[in-house]
Amino acid sequence: MHELSVCQALVIQVIEIAQENSAREVLMITLHIGPLSGVEPALLVSAFPLAAAGTLAASAQLVIESQPLRVHCQTCGADTEATANRLLCGVCGDYHTQLISGDELLLANVELMTSLMT
Amino acid sequence: MCDSCGCNVTPGNKHLAYKPVKNGTSAVSVLKKLLAHNDDQAAHNRTHFDARGILTINLMSSPGSGKTALLEATIDALKDEFKLAVIEGDLETENDAARIRARGVAAYQVTTGSACHLDAHMVHEALHHLDLSGVDILFIENVGNLVCPASFDLGQHRNVALLSVTEGDDKPAKYPVMFRAAGAVILSKTDLLPVLDDFDPAKAEYCLRQLASTVPLLPLSARKGQGMAAWYDWLRHELAAQRARVQDGATLKPHIQPEGIRLHTHAGV
Repeated sequence: MHELSVCQALVIQVIEIAQENSAREVLMITLHIGPLSGVEPALLVSAFPLAAAGTLAASAQLVIESQPLRVHCQTCGADTEATANRLLCGVCGDYHTQLISGDELLLANVELMTSLMT
Repeated sequence: MCDSCGCNVTPGNKHLAYKPVKNGTSAVSVLKKLLAHNDDQAAHNRTHFDARGILTINLMSSPGSGKTALLEATIDALKDEFKLAVIEGDLETENDAARIRARGVAAYQVTTGSACHLDAHMVHEALHHLDLSGVDILFIENVGNLVCPASFDLGQHRNVALLSVTEGDDKPAKYPVMFRAAGAVILSKTDLLPVLDDFDPAKAEYCLRQLASTVPLLPLSARKGQGMAAWYDWLRHELAAQRARVQDGATLKPHIQPEGIRLHTHAGV
């Protein structure tokens, strides 16, 4: 649904970085995406070519590194793994937890071709 | 989270590799939020609201859960106490803005065409069409959708999610991103509960708490005027809190509790 909007924002950012670095082409883009980011990686991958068409990133490889869902318990202090709709402490079961990671929607890394490869 | 001090780094991504690259290529480490352009515009909108002492509430839910009916009842009850304004988001039609205007409150309708959510730029554009002088509370009624609107910061101070009792009581478990973002959850159309044998309010609350959400769950019926006092009190409390923040030069971004932001952004850094 909104993955195309996200891809358009991604391409704008990547092109800015490519231009800042006088790149000829974008080779690879790495994203960090958590299960609670609200974005579906498979849909991003299918929307990306539409958003990138005709830009320096048109033939870039899109790599998505999914991030673990982890919570910190305010009651017992433990850091544990959780699932998207069960963010309870894995040790004491309390629901007074805070997300430590898992809602990332980040552009992590861009690999650029900056001159003719020799 | 900000993009300048590296606090976007979480235990999940701190391993970010600076891998060697081939001759003629270079790798640029970015760690920027993907929606940075939207977030910049949202921050601009929020500054605009704070400068005027306005509390901005983003209402989100599935289509038909009673967002506009809630606003109509709220206007009738509070229009002598506070000055209200509304931005309406729909794919098509002026219908909802017309309903609000009929109650004597300024409303601007954003029609998104095929877009499934409002974004900060659409809200900014709408602000140029609304007279915000003297406004205490601005409501943004987002496009009816339990998925996409949760991903876009508009510059609001609080999100409110509606769950009507004609939907399933497990909706918070199915749409965790949306319900986790809510600063209050409204259980709407509760006057229909006696004729619905498959919606258990306790189950809805259980599913919400499983998301580590401690926010108020407010059961109400806007049409029958049941349970509305708690909602009005919540609004009064939020407006007082916003005015106190403005006095202190502070602001509030919804989605993550304050202590959560600290844990979230600086854990392991």
